Amino acid sequence: MDKIVAQYSRPSYQNVYSEQDQQDLTESLPPLSLKFALPPVANPSAFLRAMTDDHSNPSCPIKLAHGTTTLAFRFQGGIIVCTDSRATAGNWIASQTVKKVIPVSRLSRGEDKPTNEPTPGLLGTMAGGAADCQYWLRYLSQQCTLHEIRHKRRITVAAASKILANLTYSYKGYGLSMGTMLAGVTPQEGPALYYIDSDGTRLPGNLFCVGSGQTFAYGVLDANYRYDLTEQEALALGRRAILAAMHRDAYSGGFINLYHVKEEGWVHHGFDDMNPIFWKTKLESGEFSNVTSEL
Amino acid sequence: MDHQARETVGYSFSESTASGVKQHGFYPYTDNGGSTLGITGSDFAILAGDTRSTSGYNINSRMVPKVFKIGGDDETGEGANIVLSVVGFAADGTALKERLDTVVRMYKYQHGKPMTVSACAQRLSTILYQKRFFPYYVHAILAGLDEEGKGALYSYDPVGSYEREQCRAAGAAASLIMPFLDNQVNFKNQYIPGSGEGHALAAKKAEPLPLETVKGLVRDAFTSAVERHIEVGDNLQMVIITKDGIQEVYHPLKKD
Repeated sequence: MDKIVAQYSRPSYQNVYSEQDQQDLTESLPPLSLKFALPPVANPSAFLRAMTDDHSNPSCPIKLAHGTTTLAFRFQGGIIVCTDSRATAGNWIASQTVKKVIPVSRLSRGEDKPTNEPTPGLLGTMAGGAADCQYWLRYLSQQCTLHEIRHKRRITVAAASKILANLTYSYKGYGLSMGTMLAGVTPQEGPALYYIDSDGTRLPGNLFCVGSGQTFAYGVLDANYRYDLTEQEALALGRRAILAAMHRDAYSGGFINLYHVKEEGWVHHGFDDMNPIFWKTKLESGEFSNVTSEL
Repeated sequence: MDHQARETVGYSFSESTASGVKQHGFYPYTDNGGSTLGITGSDFAILAGDTRSTSGYNINSRMVPKVFKIGGDDETGEGANIVLSVVGFAADGTALKERLDTVVRMYKYQHGKPMTVSACAQRLSTILYQKRFFPYYVHAILAGLDEEGKGALYSYDPVGSYEREQCRAAGAAASLIMPFLDNQVNFKNQYIPGSGEGHALAAKKAEPLPLETVKGLVRDAFTSAVERHIEVGDNLQMVIITKDGIQEVYHPLKKD
């Protein structure tokens, strides 16, 4: 019996792979196949800009959905991730119910569940092009899941963020638009937070706000942030910072989407309409006194 | 303000090096106008679209359907359980429909079972994203019934970002129809009378609507859009998906 067990089990670190296997495993990312269709012109990115970039050409024919205010910060109890839920295509509000926090790794757990149990895995956020973020975070999920299967342990946030940063860097100049944060807690790193964008930037940090409403969120966050915030204080601060951005940035609004990443995994703390929260904040805390509550 | 707001974003939209307005010799798109609309209920989904096809101020046809059955057994679409609507550039829409149809049919041959709506929805997203750098000029809406038999509706932007929703209007008259839908389907800005004073007034909760009500909303949405948008009119194509199959009906709209 022991013999059979010994034959079929082994410690995960033991090297049983052939040299070819080893190479396949170290080259864990498939070579980037540019299977994306390109327009038959000399300068594809100029074409794409003329057709889709609302910023440089407000009358462009194809309006893409863009995400806006997102924030994440590290504190003693883990990481808070909070976003608004508005997507705009030019001046048109394309949606008020966008899920801008995207679970990465564990594809099967990507759906909203009614349970309060923490779900293992990383969280990614969406700012910039909605499709770019959705597609590439899904691609990242795939790579993270493969990593987990190959190495028998969950990927670190550092490694995951590097996969994404290398990817965006390799597509530099093609016209991708994304500003994303990756948050997770791993045994190797503890709570870790990275900012990655479509320019190829990758930064570790304690606190990031990304999107058109970032300045407003930074204002609130910088004024009230401490590393030793309690869990309840941290959740309230995340919510309050997004509320400020929703109030002052026309591109932000809708619902407040709040997550807490802990050692055991992430927990969802609601997808709540901003309007009642705004009036509650104003009437009960005396903030936003600039706004009248007269009916 | 638009400019300033975007400037504060940390990452850069790639800037044009040449100054002034550029002339482009390559313009492969035409806006064929029209509008589409989808609403779901607890055990059905409706996708509808007008059948007018325009190019600029010209009406080129009064009978070009925008709603297609996906994954049927033959060219009539018999046996399909998923429906796709596309609005924008009709040629891109047709190309997209044909791609998705092929994928869904191949899935059925290879796996011996029909593709679920959620799987089809994800696949459509990747098909759209494959043309991220040369986009399909379309707004797609996908509808069907989910694994629990509930109405499922997914809406897409031109490069594949998608979301499951209760209702969605797309195309030329989206800005006319969508606010009406927010109010009548999701009961936005409706409150329960006498539930409180001032800010304490409770919002009316959205709940799935019965089929006949939804049919009425769809027809009202289109007759109203026809009154105020030049690219919408001629006929209303309405496709209703229930557990008993797909039913397709046409209603006349104004022809002016």
